[in-house]
Amino acid sequence: MVPISYYLVLAAILFSLGIAAYLVKRNVITIFISIELMLNAVNLTFIAFAHQWNKLNGQIFVFFVMVVAAAEAAVGLAIIIALFRSRQTLNVDQVNLLKG
Amino acid sequence: MHLALFFIFGGLAVLFALNLLLQRHPINSALSLVVVMMSLAVLYWSLGAEFLAAAQIIVYSGAVMVLFVFVIMLLNAGEEEHTRGSKVAAIAGLPGAAAIFCVLSFVFLSEGHKLGLSHLGGSLDEATSNISQISSLLFTDLLLPFEVTSILILVAILGAVVLAKKER
Repeated sequence: MVPISYYLVLAAILFSLGIAAYLVKRNVITIFISIELMLNAVNLTFIAFAHQWNKLNGQIFVFFVMVVAAAEAAVGLAIIIALFRSRQTLNVDQVNLLKG
Repeated sequence: MHLALFFIFGGLAVLFALNLLLQRHPINSALSLVVVMMSLAVLYWSLGAEFLAAAQIIVYSGAVMVLFVFVIMLLNAGEEEHTRGSKVAAIAGLPGAAAIFCVLSFVFLSEGHKLGLSHLGGSLDEATSNISQISSLLFTDLLLPFEVTSILILVAILGAVVLAKKER
């Protein structure tokens, strides 16, 4: 018997760690990994609420989030490979072509 | 037992998410995320989502993270160097993330008594399994969104091939 709020607080911890990693990290692959961490934290919230309301809609939503995350990972990593080919770096501070 | 399970795997997830933040090398961050996803799969199972627990292991820590590790090794990503921009982000970003965490956990804990308790395992319907409930919902009411996701994946495959192709 664990309160649902514990699961939600755990998801909040993981989400804020994802935000912190997203802002602090300078490697574009690590930034992408922290986005995946945030997606997983939100999935945990969906499943906790689906358990609480006794409905499957939350679980279906997580299923679609997983599908979109897999597609996003494929396209994002292809963009990272194209970026590395043209700039020879993975550091986001050196990719500043659009900066004024 | 449920509480012990929650604290063991929740603690493991938080510990390795912190490790993800502190490690300098991308491969260490990627492998920590695999541990976070595995422990989240156990928590999904404890909330009665057996299908999603299996999908989490197969799709996320199996397929997506292998793709990440492949790309990290392909590009030979070394340790990241700290620059001036990252110091600004560390000063402004960490308090912002802490503030978001404080607001969220305050709301969740102050309204916690209204949310109630969770029961170990599936509490939806004992007679039918979780996977058959999900599939019957997915192939009747949500058939159109389900088919649209297949188009989405097709577009993602084509986009990945076009983007990663060598330019001539």
